[in-house]
Amino acid sequence: MSAPEPQSTNDSAATPAVRMRGVNKAFGDNVVLRELDLDVAEGERVVIIGPSGSGKTTILRVCMTLERPDSGTIELEGQHLYHEKHGDKLKPAREKHIRQVRSNAGMVFQHFNLFPHMSALENITLAPMKTQGVSRDEAEEHGLELLDKVGLRAHANHTPGQLSGGQKQRVAIARSLATGPKVMLFDEVTSALDPELVGDVLSVLRDIAEEGETTMMLVTHEMGFAREVADRVLMFDSGQIIESGKPSDLLGDPQHERTKSFLGAVFDH
Amino acid sequence: MNDFFLNSTQYERLWDGTLVTLQVLALSFMLGIVLSVGFGVARLSERVAVRAAALVYVEVARGISSIVLLFWMAFALPILLGFDQPSRLLMGSVALGLNMGGYGAEIVRGAIQSVPKGQTEASIALNLTPTQRIRHIVLPQAMPVILPPMGNLTIEILKGTALVSLIGLSDLTFEVSKLRVNRTISDDPVSIPILFLNALIIYFVLAQIIALLFRLAERRVNAGFEQRSGRTAVELSAPTAGVTG
Ligand SMILES: Nc1ncnc2c1ncn2[C@@H]1O[C@H](COP(=O)(O)OP(=O)(O)OP(=O)(O)O)[C@@H](O)[C@H]1O
Ligand SMILES: [Mg+2]
Repeated sequence: MSAPEPQSTNDSAATPAVRMRGVNKAFGDNVVLRELDLDVAEGERVVIIGPSGSGKTTILRVCMTLERPDSGTIELEGQHLYHEKHGDKLKPAREKHIRQVRSNAGMVFQHFNLFPHMSALENITLAPMKTQGVSRDEAEEHGLELLDKVGLRAHANHTPGQLSGGQKQRVAIARSLATGPKVMLFDEVTSALDPELVGDVLSVLRDIAEEGETTMMLVTHEMGFAREVADRVLMFDSGQIIESGKPSDLLGDPQHERTKSFLGAVFDH
Repeated sequence: MNDFFLNSTQYERLWDGTLVTLQVLALSFMLGIVLSVGFGVARLSERVAVRAAALVYVEVARGISSIVLLFWMAFALPILLGFDQPSRLLMGSVALGLNMGGYGAEIVRGAIQSVPKGQTEASIALNLTPTQRIRHIVLPQAMPVILPPMGNLTIEILKGTALVSLIGLSDLTFEVSKLRVNRTISDDPVSIPILFLNALIIYFVLAQIIALLFRLAERRVNAGFEQRSGRTAVELSAPTAGVTG
């Protein structure tokens, strides 16, 4: 088995934006993450591909504290997420510590998860106001800028029920950007959309990628998009990264059998 | 015509009684709501001890006869705690409120569980605190589910307030009973059927008012899920020229 070589970008002293070490996660007998090691460099854009049910979503969820790993460590921006340092020892972190480290990350979900009782703008301004003490005026001003960025300023007062899937997802992206997280996690953000709405969402992601300030971890089946924006593509299966490389290499000339058959199946469609 | 009405002194008595009934209702409702939300949320706590404590409260509050609880609060507890002159109004309301909270907590718990998990997950990803998640995300979305059964429960409590007449509070039921007993010594005897017909109607009207208030609240909550009033989309789409920063 070609052992994962996660540290192509880790030779410098720079702290990676995300560092996972020996992460295990099982649901009952179903082992989903198996001694997973993964480093994502500051500003890097990593696309994770792999078969359905292999655990791609779970990788993002443990980084967002939506799922607690059974063992292993995760660091965001050089800080342990689930642990606090006591001298040399790591102890399980308290909620307060987790919240502080978690503020480095933001996540966009497959099914948007917008708050249906709030307008688009309120969805966006909530977190800055409640978690960062930003004033309403300031939050709304920034919120409108973000809506502008995703092309939905005119929809600021609409509730999610009045938006199309693609519009909802763009609001959800704006919402997750509002607190300025350094690491953004995107879980198949276009796969619940009608095909004609995918393009608008991808172009918003492309804009974020081009700004180059945000570290991005994306799970996606959009191989063309992956080739375009990814610095690195990871093939994930059986709880491990089984192959990783530049998009042109991994997608164009996969080495591992399972990568070949997976890509074969994807491109057949 | 006159046959269906009481005289004005008698109506004054019923009015005084109604005011006491409303006071008891208001106090027990306020306590009941606080307990409902508090224990309803606690029933779903991540901490086992909190969950267990909430479950014990719910089972006790629902399992105890409200009239025995009322007697306890009014007569037994003051002796145990050495209160001299306990406020019967307060004690009666606390008993009914404790009772209501047990049922209300289950309503709130069920409603919270009906809110999709993705909502909580999104609010975790936005780094809201557990309290903020409940307050700003979960409870507002649980409201449409909470309100109808909570309205029914409030009407149950209204009817339950009649029990406080048994601890000597002069509520509507108390006044009606007194008029019935005193009719023989009164110079203007009351017709018993008319007396109770009036009592029935008053309770019925109060119940209808409660139902109406809850329906209005429901409508307001549901309107929140549709488009906002206030600033229009057109105003917001104007360019930000002139905005500083
Ligand atoms: N909360 C849970 N409880 C039990 N099993 C779960 C849970 N979440 C995920 N799983 C299981 O873990 C495995 C990995 O799930 P995950 O959602 O991470 O896969 P995925 O690679 O994202 O799949 P897909 O491409 O279909 O989205 C699956 O077998 C799934 O059934
Ligand atoms: Mg998934």
